[in-house]
Amino acid sequence: MSDVKLGNLARDGLWKNNPALVQILGLCPLLAISNTTINALGLALATLAAVLLSNILVSLIRHWVRPEVRLPIFVLVIASVVTTIELIMNAFFHELFLVLGIFIPLIVTNCFIIARAESFASRHRVSLAAWDGLMMGLGFGLVLIVMGAMRELVGFGTLLANAEQLFGPIAHNWTIYVLPEETGFLLAILPPGAFMALALLIALKQAIDRRLKEKAAARVQLSVTTKQPART
Amino acid sequence: MDLRQIVITAALLAGFTAVGVGLVALTQQGTEERIAANEKAIMLARVSAVLTPGSYDNDPIADHFDLMAPEELGLRLGLRTEAQTEAAHGFQGYRARLANQVTAVVLPVVAREGYSGDINLLVGVDAEGHITGVRVTRHRETPGLGDLIEASKSDWILGFTGKSLDNPKNGWAVRKDGGEFDQFTGATITPRAVVRAVYNALQYVQRHHAELFETEQLKEVADE
Repeated sequence: MSDVKLGNLARDGLWKNNPALVQILGLCPLLAISNTTINALGLALATLAAVLLSNILVSLIRHWVRPEVRLPIFVLVIASVVTTIELIMNAFFHELFLVLGIFIPLIVTNCFIIARAESFASRHRVSLAAWDGLMMGLGFGLVLIVMGAMRELVGFGTLLANAEQLFGPIAHNWTIYVLPEETGFLLAILPPGAFMALALLIALKQAIDRRLKEKAAARVQLSVTTKQPART
Repeated sequence: MDLRQIVITAALLAGFTAVGVGLVALTQQGTEERIAANEKAIMLARVSAVLTPGSYDNDPIADHFDLMAPEELGLRLGLRTEAQTEAAHGFQGYRARLANQVTAVVLPVVAREGYSGDINLLVGVDAEGHITGVRVTRHRETPGLGDLIEASKSDWILGFTGKSLDNPKNGWAVRKDGGEFDQFTGATITPRAVVRAVYNALQYVQRHHAELFETEQLKEVADE
Protein backbone atom coordinates (compact mmCIF):
# COMPACT_ATOMS: atom_id res chain seq x y z
CA MET A 1 0.00 0.00 0.00
CA SER A 2 2.84 2.32 0.75
CA ASP A 3 4.28 1.83 -2.70
CA VAL A 4 1.71 4.22 -4.20
CA LYS A 5 3.62 7.18 -5.59
CA LEU A 6 2.20 10.67 -5.62
CA GLY A 7 3.46 11.24 -9.15
CA ASN A 8 1.73 8.10 -10.38
CA LEU A 9 -1.52 9.14 -8.74
CA ALA A 10 -1.30 12.52 -10.43
CA ARG A 11 -0.54 10.94 -13.79
CA ASP A 12 -3.45 8.52 -13.35
CA GLY A 13 -5.97 11.18 -12.47
CA LEU A 14 -4.95 13.76 -15.01
CA TRP A 15 -4.05 11.56 -17.96
CA LYS A 16 -3.54 7.79 -17.91
CA ASN A 17 -6.73 6.93 -16.07
CA ASN A 18 -8.65 10.17 -16.55
CA PRO A 19 -12.23 9.73 -15.27
CA ALA A 20 -13.78 11.41 -18.29
CA LEU A 21 -11.51 10.41 -21.17
CA VAL A 22 -10.44 6.91 -20.17
CA GLN A 23 -12.89 5.59 -17.59
CA ILE A 24 -15.71 7.46 -19.42
CA LEU A 25 -17.50 7.98 -16.09
CA GLY A 26 -19.84 10.80 -15.10
CA LEU A 27 -20.89 11.53 -18.67
CA CYS A 28 -24.29 12.96 -17.77
CA PRO A 29 -23.02 16.23 -16.24
CA LEU A 30 -20.04 16.25 -18.58
CA LEU A 31 -22.23 16.34 -21.67
CA ALA A 32 -25.05 18.47 -20.30
CA ILE A 33 -23.16 21.27 -18.59
CA SER A 34 -20.22 21.75 -20.96
CA ASN A 35 -22.00 24.33 -23.14
CA THR A 36 -20.14 27.34 -21.77
CA THR A 37 -16.81 27.75 -20.03
CA ILE A 38 -18.27 29.28 -16.89
CA ASN A 39 -20.94 26.60 -16.46
CA ALA A 40 -18.25 23.97 -16.92
CA LEU A 41 -15.93 25.70 -14.47
CA GLY A 42 -18.69 25.94 -11.86
CA LEU A 43 -19.57 22.29 -12.12
CA ALA A 44 -15.89 21.31 -12.26
CA LEU A 45 -15.22 23.10 -8.97
CA ALA A 46 -18.29 21.58 -7.33
CA THR A 47 -17.31 18.09 -8.50
CA LEU A 48 -13.71 18.60 -7.40
CA ALA A 49 -14.84 19.65 -3.93
CA ALA A 50 -17.21 16.67 -3.76
CA VAL A 51 -14.66 14.03 -4.73
CA LEU A 52 -11.96 15.57 -2.53
CA LEU A 53 -14.15 15.74 0.57
CA SER A 54 -15.74 12.35 0.03
CA ASN A 55 -12.31 10.73 -0.43
CA ILE A 56 -11.05 12.32 2.79
CA LEU A 57 -14.12 11.30 4.79
CA VAL A 58 -14.21 7.78 3.41
CA SER A 59 -10.53 7.34 4.19
CA LEU A 60 -11.04 8.69 7.73
CA ILE A 61 -13.80 6.22 8.52
CA ARG A 62 -12.31 3.26 6.64
CA HIS A 63 -11.45 1.30 9.81
CA TRP A 64 -14.96 1.55 11.23
CA VAL A 65 -16.92 0.73 8.13
CA ARG A 66 -17.89 -2.92 7.84
CA PRO A 67 -17.59 -4.46 4.42
CA GLU A 68 -21.28 -5.51 4.32
CA VAL A 69 -22.55 -1.95 4.63
CA ARG A 70 -19.68 -0.06 3.04
CA LEU A 71 -21.55 0.94 -0.12
CA PRO A 72 -24.56 2.50 1.66
CA ILE A 73 -22.17 4.37 3.91
CA PHE A 74 -20.11 5.66 0.98
CA VAL A 75 -23.28 6.81 -0.76
CA LEU A 76 -24.38 8.49 2.46
CA VAL A 77 -21.05 10.29 2.79
CA ILE A 78 -21.16 11.46 -0.83
CA ALA A 79 -24.79 12.55 -0.59
CA SER A 80 -24.12 14.56 2.59
CA VAL A 81 -21.09 16.24 1.06
CA VAL A 82 -22.91 17.10 -2.16
CA THR A 83 -25.97 18.44 -0.34
CA THR A 84 -23.69 20.64 1.75
CA ILE A 85 -21.97 21.94 -1.39
CA GLU A 86 -25.36 22.54 -2.99
CA LEU A 87 -26.53 24.64 -0.05
CA ILE A 88 -23.32 26.64 -0.02
CA MET A 89 -23.55 27.31 -3.76
CA ASN A 90 -27.18 28.31 -3.37
CA ALA A 91 -26.14 30.83 -0.73
CA PHE A 92 -23.01 32.27 -2.32
CA PHE A 93 -23.24 31.64 -6.09
CA HIS A 94 -26.98 31.89 -6.51
CA GLU A 95 -27.09 32.70 -10.22
CA LEU A 96 -24.71 29.93 -11.14
CA PHE A 97 -26.69 27.63 -8.89
CA LEU A 98 -29.81 28.45 -10.89
CA VAL A 99 -28.02 27.76 -14.17
CA LEU A 100 -26.50 24.44 -13.06
CA GLY A 101 -29.82 23.46 -11.50
CA ILE A 102 -30.37 19.74 -11.20
CA PHE A 103 -26.76 18.92 -12.08
CA ILE A 104 -25.44 19.86 -8.66
CA PRO A 105 -27.56 17.33 -6.74
CA LEU A 106 -26.80 14.89 -9.56
CA ILE A 107 -23.11 14.96 -8.59
CA VAL A 108 -24.19 12.34 -6.02
CA THR A 109 -24.76 9.91 -8.86
CA ASN A 110 -21.49 10.70 -10.60
CA CYS A 111 -20.09 7.18 -10.58
CA PHE A 112 -16.45 8.17 -10.61
CA ILE A 113 -16.81 9.61 -7.11
CA ILE A 114 -18.07 6.37 -5.59
CA ALA A 115 -15.54 4.48 -7.72
CA ARG A 116 -12.71 6.44 -6.07
CA ALA A 117 -14.24 5.90 -2.62
CA GLU A 118 -14.53 2.16 -3.12
CA SER A 119 -11.35 1.40 -5.04
CA PHE A 120 -8.95 3.89 -3.51
CA ALA A 121 -10.00 6.00 -0.54
CA SER A 122 -11.29 3.08 1.53
CA ARG A 123 -7.92 1.34 1.23
CA HIS A 124 -5.42 4.16 1.69
CA ARG A 125 -4.46 6.70 4.31
CA VAL A 126 -6.03 10.15 4.36
CA SER A 127 -3.23 12.10 2.72
CA LEU A 128 -3.07 9.74 -0.26
CA ALA A 129 -6.86 9.64 -0.56
CA ALA A 130 -7.00 13.44 -0.55
CA TRP A 131 -4.29 13.64 -3.22
CA ASP A 132 -6.08 11.04 -5.33
CA GLY A 133 -9.38 12.91 -4.97
CA LEU A 134 -7.72 16.17 -5.95
CA MET A 135 -6.08 14.67 -9.03
CA MET A 136 -9.16 12.76 -10.17
CA GLY A 137 -11.32 15.83 -9.62
CA LEU A 138 -8.84 17.98 -11.54
CA GLY A 139 -8.71 15.45 -14.37
CA PHE A 140 -12.47 15.42 -14.67
CA GLY A 141 -12.74 19.17 -14.23
CA LEU A 142 -10.12 20.00 -16.85
CA VAL A 143 -11.88 17.89 -19.46
CA LEU A 144 -15.14 19.59 -18.53
CA ILE A 145 -13.60 23.06 -18.86
CA VAL A 146 -11.84 22.30 -22.14
CA MET A 147 -15.10 20.94 -23.56
CA GLY A 148 -16.95 23.99 -22.27
CA ALA A 149 -14.45 26.33 -23.90
CA MET A 150 -14.53 24.40 -27.19
CA ARG A 151 -18.32 24.41 -27.37
CA GLU A 152 -18.70 28.02 -26.31
CA LEU A 153 -16.06 29.13 -28.81
CA VAL A 154 -17.61 27.28 -31.72
CA GLY A 155 -21.22 27.79 -30.68
CA PHE A 156 -21.28 31.41 -29.50
CA GLY A 157 -17.89 32.69 -30.66
CA THR A 158 -17.11 33.84 -27.11
CA LEU A 159 -15.15 32.70 -24.09
CA LEU A 160 -15.97 33.27 -20.42
CA ALA A 161 -19.44 34.70 -21.06
CA ASN A 162 -21.44 35.30 -17.84
CA ALA A 163 -18.27 35.14 -15.74
CA GLU A 164 -19.98 37.38 -13.16
CA GLN A 165 -22.13 34.42 -12.11
CA LEU A 166 -19.03 32.83 -10.62
CA PHE A 167 -16.65 35.69 -9.90
CA GLY A 168 -19.05 38.49 -8.94
CA PRO A 169 -19.53 41.95 -10.45
CA ILE A 170 -15.83 42.52 -11.25
CA ALA A 171 -16.12 39.89 -13.98
CA HIS A 172 -18.80 41.69 -15.96
CA ASN A 173 -16.56 42.48 -18.90
CA TRP A 174 -14.41 39.37 -18.89
CA THR A 175 -16.19 37.97 -21.91
CA ILE A 176 -13.78 37.51 -24.80
CA TYR A 177 -15.36 37.90 -28.23
CA VAL A 178 -13.28 35.69 -30.45
CA LEU A 179 -15.54 35.53 -33.47
CA PRO A 180 -17.73 38.35 -34.84
CA GLU A 181 -21.20 38.33 -33.33
CA GLU A 182 -23.86 35.88 -34.51
CA THR A 183 -21.43 33.66 -36.37
CA GLY A 184 -21.74 30.83 -33.84
CA PHE A 185 -22.21 27.30 -35.10
CA LEU A 186 -25.38 26.27 -33.31
CA LEU A 187 -24.72 22.53 -33.35
CA ALA A 188 -21.87 22.89 -30.88
CA ILE A 189 -24.21 24.07 -28.12
CA LEU A 190 -26.90 21.50 -28.80
CA PRO A 191 -26.55 18.02 -27.27
CA PRO A 192 -24.90 16.43 -30.35
CA GLY A 193 -22.12 18.99 -30.05
CA ALA A 194 -21.30 17.60 -26.62
CA PHE A 195 -20.80 14.09 -27.98
CA MET A 196 -18.67 15.39 -30.83
CA ALA A 197 -16.50 17.49 -28.54
CA LEU A 198 -15.98 14.53 -26.20
CA ALA A 199 -15.17 12.24 -29.13
CA LEU A 200 -12.62 14.74 -30.44
CA LEU A 201 -10.94 14.97 -27.03
CA ILE A 202 -10.79 11.18 -26.63
CA ALA A 203 -9.36 10.84 -30.14
CA LEU A 204 -6.81 13.55 -29.43
CA LYS A 205 -5.70 11.84 -26.23
CA GLN A 206 -5.28 8.52 -28.03
CA ALA A 207 -3.36 10.15 -30.85
CA ILE A 208 -0.96 11.73 -28.37
CA ASP A 209 -0.58 8.43 -26.51
CA ARG A 210 0.21 6.60 -29.76
CA ARG A 211 2.71 9.24 -30.81
CA LEU A 212 4.46 8.95 -27.44
CA LYS A 213 4.51 5.16 -27.67
CA GLU A 214 6.01 5.21 -31.13
CA LYS A 215 8.65 7.64 -30.00
CA ALA A 216 9.48 5.47 -27.01
CA ALA A 217 9.64 2.39 -29.23
CA ALA A 218 11.86 4.19 -31.69
CA ARG A 219 14.17 5.22 -28.89
CA VAL A 220 14.43 1.63 -27.66
CA GLN A 221 15.18 0.44 -31.15
CA LEU A 222 17.73 3.15 -31.59
CA SER A 223 19.54 2.18 -28.41
CA VAL A 224 19.44 -1.47 -29.45
CA THR A 225 20.94 -0.74 -32.86
CA THR A 226 23.63 1.47 -31.45
CA LYS A 227 24.62 -1.16 -28.92
CA GLN A 228 24.98 -3.82 -31.59
CA PRO A 229 26.64 -2.31 -34.60
CA ALA A 230 25.75 -3.87 -37.91
CA ARG A 231 27.64 -7.06 -38.56
CA THR A 232 27.80 -6.78 -42.30
CA MET B 1 -23.29 -13.56 10.92
CA ASP B 2 -24.73 -13.76 14.42
CA LEU B 3 -27.19 -11.36 15.95
CA ARG B 4 -24.54 -9.33 17.74
CA GLN B 5 -22.75 -8.56 14.52
CA ILE B 6 -25.99 -7.56 12.85
CA VAL B 7 -26.83 -5.16 15.66
CA ILE B 8 -23.37 -3.61 15.59
CA THR B 9 -23.56 -3.12 11.84
CA ALA B 10 -27.02 -1.59 12.07
CA ALA B 11 -25.91 0.73 14.85
CA LEU B 12 -22.92 1.76 12.76
CA LEU B 13 -25.14 2.56 9.81
CA ALA B 14 -27.50 4.54 12.05
CA GLY B 15 -24.55 6.41 13.54
CA PHE B 16 -23.23 7.44 10.15
CA THR B 17 -26.70 8.49 9.07
CA ALA B 18 -27.03 10.70 12.14
CA VAL B 19 -23.66 12.34 11.43
CA GLY B 20 -24.55 12.88 7.77
CA VAL B 21 -27.93 14.38 8.58
CA GLY B 22 -26.33 16.56 11.24
CA LEU B 23 -23.82 17.91 8.77
CA VAL B 24 -26.49 18.78 6.24
CA ALA B 25 -28.77 20.30 8.89
CA LEU B 26 -25.95 22.50 10.20
CA THR B 27 -25.14 23.81 6.73
CA GLN B 28 -28.80 24.35 6.02
CA GLN B 29 -29.16 26.45 9.15
CA GLY B 30 -26.08 28.44 8.36
CA THR B 31 -27.11 29.27 4.80
CA GLU B 32 -30.90 29.55 5.21
CA GLU B 33 -31.04 33.31 5.61
CA ARG B 34 -28.72 34.02 2.72
CA ILE B 35 -30.60 31.68 0.40
CA ALA B 36 -33.93 33.33 1.26
CA ALA B 37 -32.39 36.76 0.64
CA ASN B 38 -30.99 35.56 -2.71
CA GLU B 39 -34.35 34.22 -3.80
CA LYS B 40 -36.08 37.43 -2.86
CA ALA B 41 -33.50 39.51 -4.72
CA ILE B 42 -33.93 37.42 -7.88
CA MET B 43 -37.71 37.69 -7.61
CA LEU B 44 -37.55 41.45 -7.10
CA ALA B 45 -35.21 41.87 -10.06
CA ARG B 46 -37.58 39.87 -12.25
CA VAL B 47 -40.70 41.73 -11.16
CA SER B 48 -39.18 45.20 -11.29
CA ALA B 49 -37.88 44.46 -14.80
CA VAL B 50 -41.45 44.46 -16.14
CA LEU B 51 -42.54 47.58 -14.23
CA THR B 52 -41.92 51.18 -15.24
CA PRO B 53 -39.21 52.52 -12.93
CA GLY B 54 -40.54 55.21 -10.59
CA SER B 55 -44.15 54.22 -11.11
CA TYR B 56 -44.38 52.56 -7.69
CA ASP B 57 -43.16 53.13 -4.16
CA ASN B 58 -44.14 49.87 -2.51
CA ASP B 59 -42.45 46.47 -2.37
CA PRO B 60 -44.33 44.55 -5.09
CA ILE B 61 -42.97 41.22 -3.81
CA ALA B 62 -44.65 41.75 -0.45
CA ASP B 63 -47.82 42.94 -2.20
CA HIS B 64 -48.58 39.59 -3.81
CA PHE B 65 -52.01 38.09 -4.30
CA ASP B 66 -53.49 34.77 -5.40
CA LEU B 67 -54.52 34.86 -9.04
CA MET B 68 -58.18 34.51 -9.81
CA ALA B 69 -58.76 31.90 -12.57
CA PRO B 70 -55.04 31.15 -13.14
CA GLU B 71 -55.90 28.71 -15.93
CA GLU B 72 -56.96 31.71 -18.05
CA LEU B 73 -53.32 32.79 -18.08
CA GLY B 74 -52.24 29.38 -19.36
CA LEU B 75 -50.97 28.28 -15.96
CA ARG B 76 -51.28 24.56 -15.61
CA LEU B 77 -53.18 23.23 -12.64
CA GLY B 78 -52.71 19.73 -11.34
CA LEU B 79 -49.35 17.99 -11.16
CA ARG B 80 -46.46 20.40 -11.15
CA THR B 81 -42.75 20.11 -10.53
CA GLU B 82 -41.01 22.44 -8.15
CA ALA B 83 -39.37 24.28 -11.04
CA GLN B 84 -42.72 24.77 -12.78
CA THR B 85 -44.31 26.11 -9.61
CA GLU B 86 -41.37 28.42 -9.16
CA ALA B 87 -41.59 29.66 -12.76
CA ALA B 88 -45.34 30.19 -12.35
CA HIS B 89 -44.59 32.16 -9.16
CA GLY B 90 -46.84 29.80 -7.22
CA PHE B 91 -49.84 31.29 -9.08
CA GLN B 92 -49.18 34.64 -7.46
CA GLY B 93 -49.46 38.04 -9.07
CA TYR B 94 -47.91 41.24 -7.75
CA ARG B 95 -49.28 44.77 -7.35
CA ALA B 96 -47.24 47.91 -7.82
CA ARG B 97 -48.61 50.93 -5.96
CA LEU B 98 -47.85 54.62 -5.94
CA ALA B 99 -49.28 56.47 -2.94
CA ASN B 100 -51.40 53.39 -2.23
CA GLN B 101 -53.02 53.50 -5.65
CA VAL B 102 -52.45 50.35 -7.72
CA THR B 103 -50.55 51.55 -10.77
CA ALA B 104 -49.73 48.21 -12.35
CA VAL B 105 -50.01 44.46 -11.85
CA VAL B 106 -47.44 41.81 -12.69
CA LEU B 107 -48.78 38.44 -13.79
CA PRO B 108 -47.11 35.11 -14.43
CA VAL B 109 -48.26 33.92 -17.85
CA VAL B 110 -47.62 30.69 -19.74
CA ALA B 111 -47.34 30.42 -23.51
CA ARG B 112 -48.31 26.83 -24.06
CA GLU B 113 -47.62 26.67 -27.77
CA GLY B 114 -43.84 27.04 -27.62
CA TYR B 115 -41.60 25.02 -29.91
CA SER B 116 -40.50 22.78 -27.06
CA GLY B 117 -42.96 23.03 -24.23
CA ASP B 118 -44.23 25.83 -22.07
CA ILE B 119 -42.69 29.29 -22.08
CA ASN B 120 -43.09 31.10 -18.76
CA LEU B 121 -43.46 34.86 -18.89
CA LEU B 122 -43.94 37.73 -16.49
CA VAL B 123 -46.19 40.43 -17.90
CA GLY B 124 -46.65 43.86 -16.32
CA VAL B 125 -49.83 45.79 -17.17
CA ASP B 126 -50.80 49.23 -15.90
CA ALA B 127 -54.27 50.43 -14.89
CA GLU B 128 -54.96 51.80 -18.40
CA GLY B 129 -54.25 48.41 -19.93
CA HIS B 130 -50.83 49.29 -21.35
CA ILE B 131 -48.02 46.80 -21.08
CA THR B 132 -45.22 48.01 -18.82
CA GLY B 133 -42.93 45.13 -19.69
CA VAL B 134 -42.64 41.46 -20.58
CA ARG B 135 -39.84 39.04 -19.65
CA VAL B 136 -39.28 35.35 -20.16
CA THR B 137 -38.60 33.53 -16.90
CA ARG B 138 -38.27 29.95 -18.15
CA HIS B 139 -38.23 28.25 -21.54
CA ARG B 140 -36.67 25.38 -23.42
CA GLU B 141 -36.63 26.88 -26.91
CA THR B 142 -33.74 26.16 -29.27
CA PRO B 143 -30.58 28.07 -28.34
CA GLY B 144 -29.66 30.56 -31.05
CA LEU B 145 -33.14 30.53 -32.65
CA GLY B 146 -36.06 30.57 -30.23
CA ASP B 147 -34.07 31.93 -27.31
CA LEU B 148 -34.03 35.38 -28.89
CA ILE B 149 -37.13 35.96 -26.76
CA GLU B 150 -34.76 36.40 -23.80
CA ALA B 151 -34.03 40.04 -23.04
CA SER B 152 -30.33 39.19 -22.70
CA LYS B 153 -30.20 37.78 -26.25
CA SER B 154 -32.20 40.36 -28.25
CA ASP B 155 -34.42 43.41 -27.86
CA TRP B 156 -37.45 41.66 -29.31
CA ILE B 157 -39.28 41.22 -26.00
CA LEU B 158 -38.93 44.95 -25.25
CA GLY B 159 -41.17 45.66 -28.26
CA PHE B 160 -44.25 44.82 -26.20
CA THR B 161 -43.75 47.73 -23.82
CA GLY B 162 -46.46 50.37 -24.26
CA LYS B 163 -48.71 48.13 -26.34
CA SER B 164 -52.34 47.54 -25.39
CA LEU B 165 -55.44 45.79 -26.71
CA ASP B 166 -56.09 48.80 -28.99
CA ASN B 167 -52.50 49.28 -30.04
CA PRO B 168 -52.19 47.54 -32.46
CA LYS B 169 -55.89 46.84 -32.65
CA ASN B 170 -55.75 44.14 -35.29
CA GLY B 171 -52.05 43.42 -35.33
CA TRP B 172 -51.62 41.06 -32.40
CA ALA B 173 -49.77 38.40 -34.39
CA VAL B 174 -46.36 37.90 -36.00
CA ARG B 175 -45.79 39.44 -39.44
CA LYS B 176 -46.04 36.08 -41.13
CA ASP B 177 -49.63 35.86 -39.83
CA GLY B 178 -50.40 39.42 -40.90
CA GLY B 179 -49.58 41.03 -37.56
CA GLU B 180 -47.20 43.68 -36.32
CA PHE B 181 -44.63 41.65 -34.42
CA ASP B 182 -41.42 40.37 -35.97
CA GLN B 183 -40.72 36.69 -36.09
CA PHE B 184 -37.14 35.41 -36.06
CA THR B 185 -35.31 33.95 -38.98
CA GLY B 186 -35.85 30.23 -38.66
CA ALA B 187 -38.19 30.53 -35.70
CA THR B 188 -41.81 31.58 -36.06
CA ILE B 189 -43.47 29.27 -33.58
CA THR B 190 -41.76 30.70 -30.52
CA PRO B 191 -42.60 34.41 -31.11
CA ARG B 192 -46.10 33.46 -32.24
CA ALA B 193 -46.69 31.65 -28.95
CA VAL B 194 -45.36 34.59 -26.93
CA VAL B 195 -47.44 37.16 -28.82
CA ARG B 196 -50.58 35.09 -28.25
CA ALA B 197 -49.86 34.64 -24.57
CA VAL B 198 -49.24 38.36 -24.03
CA TYR B 199 -52.46 39.24 -25.87
CA ASN B 200 -54.25 36.69 -23.74
CA ALA B 201 -52.84 38.33 -20.61
CA LEU B 202 -54.16 41.73 -21.74
CA GLN B 203 -57.62 40.26 -22.23
CA TYR B 204 -57.38 38.72 -18.79
CA VAL B 205 -56.55 42.09 -17.26
CA GLN B 206 -59.53 43.65 -19.05
CA ARG B 207 -61.85 40.91 -17.77
CA HIS B 208 -60.64 41.09 -14.18
CA HIS B 209 -59.79 44.77 -14.08
CA ALA B 210 -61.85 45.57 -10.98
CA GLU B 211 -60.41 42.74 -8.89
CA LEU B 212 -56.85 43.39 -10.00
CA PHE B 213 -56.75 47.11 -9.38
CA GLU B 214 -58.97 47.34 -6.29
CA THR B 215 -57.11 48.68 -3.28
CA GLU B 216 -59.06 47.10 -0.47
CA GLN B 217 -56.21 44.85 0.60
CA LEU B 218 -54.19 47.92 1.30
CA LYS B 219 -54.62 47.89 5.06
CA GLU B 220 -53.54 44.29 5.45
CA VAL B 221 -50.42 44.99 3.48
CA ALA B 222 -49.62 48.08 5.47
CA ASP B 223 -49.98 46.10 8.68
CA GLU B 224 -47.51 43.41 7.62
